[in-house]
Amino acid sequence: MKSLIQKLTETFSPSGYESAIRDVVRAEVEPLADEVRVDALGNLIVRKGNGSGQGRRIMLAGHMDEIGLIASHVDENGFVRFTTIGGIRPQVLHGARVVFVNGARGVIGGERYENWNQMHPYDKMFIDVGAASAKDCPVRVGDVAAFERAFLDMGDKLVAKSMDDRIGVAVMVETLRQLKSTPHEVYFVFTTQEEVTLGGAATAAFGVDPEIGVSVDVTATGDTPKGEKMEVSLGKGPAVKIKDGGMLADPRIVDWMIRSAESAKIPYQREVLLGGTTDAKAMQVARAGVPAGCLSIPCRYIHSPSEMVEYNDVQNAVKLLVAMLSAPVSLD
Amino acid sequence: MPNTPKIGNTQLKLLEKLCNAVAVSGDEGEVRQIVLEELRPLADEIKVDALGNVLVTKNGGGANRLRVMLDAHIDEVGFMLVDDEKDGIFRFETVGSLDVRQLVGKQVLVGREHLPGVIGAKPIHLTTADERKKSIPLDSLRIDVGPGGGKVKVGDRAAFATRFRRVGPSIFAKAIDDRIGVATLIELVKNAPANVDVLAAFTVQEEVGLRGAKVAAHAFDPDLAIAIDSTPANDLPMHDGSENISYNTKLDHGPAIYVADAGTLGDPRLIRFLAETGDLNGIKYQFRQPGGGGTDAGAIHKARAGVPSVSVSVPGRYAHTAAGLSRLDDWKATLSLLHAALTRMTPELLAGERR
Ligand SMILES: [Zn+2]
Ligand SMILES: [Zn+2]
Repeated sequence: MKSLIQKLTETFSPSGYESAIRDVVRAEVEPLADEVRVDALGNLIVRKGNGSGQGRRIMLAGHMDEIGLIASHVDENGFVRFTTIGGIRPQVLHGARVVFVNGARGVIGGERYENWNQMHPYDKMFIDVGAASAKDCPVRVGDVAAFERAFLDMGDKLVAKSMDDRIGVAVMVETLRQLKSTPHEVYFVFTTQEEVTLGGAATAAFGVDPEIGVSVDVTATGDTPKGEKMEVSLGKGPAVKIKDGGMLADPRIVDWMIRSAESAKIPYQREVLLGGTTDAKAMQVARAGVPAGCLSIPCRYIHSPSEMVEYNDVQNAVKLLVAMLSAPVSLD
Repeated sequence: MPNTPKIGNTQLKLLEKLCNAVAVSGDEGEVRQIVLEELRPLADEIKVDALGNVLVTKNGGGANRLRVMLDAHIDEVGFMLVDDEKDGIFRFETVGSLDVRQLVGKQVLVGREHLPGVIGAKPIHLTTADERKKSIPLDSLRIDVGPGGGKVKVGDRAAFATRFRRVGPSIFAKAIDDRIGVATLIELVKNAPANVDVLAAFTVQEEVGLRGAKVAAHAFDPDLAIAIDSTPANDLPMHDGSENISYNTKLDHGPAIYVADAGTLGDPRLIRFLAETGDLNGIKYQFRQPGGGGTDAGAIHKARAGVPSVSVSVPGRYAHTAAGLSRLDDWKATLSLLHAALTRMTPELLAGERR
């Protein structure tokens, strides 16, 4: 599974421009699925099972997109000004390397500091793509870039850009691979534009019209020096989301996850996240409403070029999802 | 170029009428009436929905027609009177985003009868040097309609009183955002090519949260959508002679195609198609600088199971103030680009996945 994670995290696909990662994921899932389609916003919708008898129509959502940058101006000396796609803090930008969707590479620099105690906002930074003039600059206004950072295997811990949410994508692909049979009609939806508007999950949920929605995404941890005050740690199992900044998980979905984990003896953590949200927020309010929840992979340094997860948590997330989807589910 | 609709005196007169009409978000009746009058005779279907959107269908002919939603918002930013302090003095709130610093001293039209009013403040004779350095907060501003303005009531809306003017290559008016889009869309319906079904949405309440567009897109359930709007041109030179790097758009550079704004990442297939259409037909266009702001596309692309969407705007200086400024040539090029794009649209456009 590590090589899958490497392949997924080393692909560049900022929000709105998910075609590259979609091609990678499709190649993985096509042999395993009963049906594969792509909708109007580029969501990859993969069905497994027919939902015979007591089966339910279940939608899993893991987002394919990642945060990125978009060129807003090329100045007369060929430096590229930019704005962000998704939530990026300026302090992770200085010195970062980026790759444009068209293949051009660049490094991020900034204007002279008047005050070193004050971080530059984006409009005082620029991308240097090695051009000497606007004319020979390989980048044009509107071109999109993502962080460039190689996958790092530390053994138990894995580090990469875009673990948010390629690790969720990997968990879903692996779940599909390991799911021998299911009484349900399961839609593995690899969504677009989560980092900007949750627009992919919203429209996919309308199209799929599920009875149950579960997103698979990363969550923050409280296990680093003087970090956030939060119960979740790396290595203690996948996290069952109870609430986040945008969603209250349906208690029946929470119970379903916990029951499944306990009966299969899979470690899990209870997650209460104060900020941030996931595709479950959009699924929950699709059409006439959908009972929704989220299975989270604990992750350090989210939205930086080096996001860290624990391999054990990843494998346990797969086990838990397989357990959940292999048996009938009752939400009463 | 395929028989491009012309912008002549008739079209200018219509734009003038649209800009001078008052339709602050939530009470768009005046502009709605103009749209209905213009399009009722030639629409295949025309109706006013529950929120007040005007939804117009103009069917093409032949097989394999894309159903193309074209959108322009009929509402404008303005004010609402919230407290009657007697003798014609009213406290007010803004409707839509307005910079409070530029409100003082502006004349306004109040209520459906367009009663004259002014946004007043203490005159310079009575202010201190210190006071003059600070902007006046909204709760210190009043709309004064004078005593005897007994028809004016709390809950009435007000808009800037600026009258439309044409000066050489430019037009000056209030509410160019988005009456210029409305005028463009009216021409597109009147000159709709037969290879597509045009689903025209003249939407309400864009300025307060894209509310009209959301339900219009649900109702139309189109194959794709283009929002037609007006976007700021912040293109004046910098005071220190340095390069202006955040102009958003520039006047005289043609219609602005959106790649990304705060609400939408435009469909790359449609962005390429519009640019290609411009190149093929020798129509000038520019890419709006990616960044904040947004259009009805923000709501439309998320309707139902998703709608491939893009926005195109006429650039204009001084948006959301009493007097905007746009160029006739940018308007003409916008109409030409959109008409030429419609004319060459086939299902082929969306046959491949979004990429
Ligand atoms: Zn995420
Ligand atoms: Zn507008």
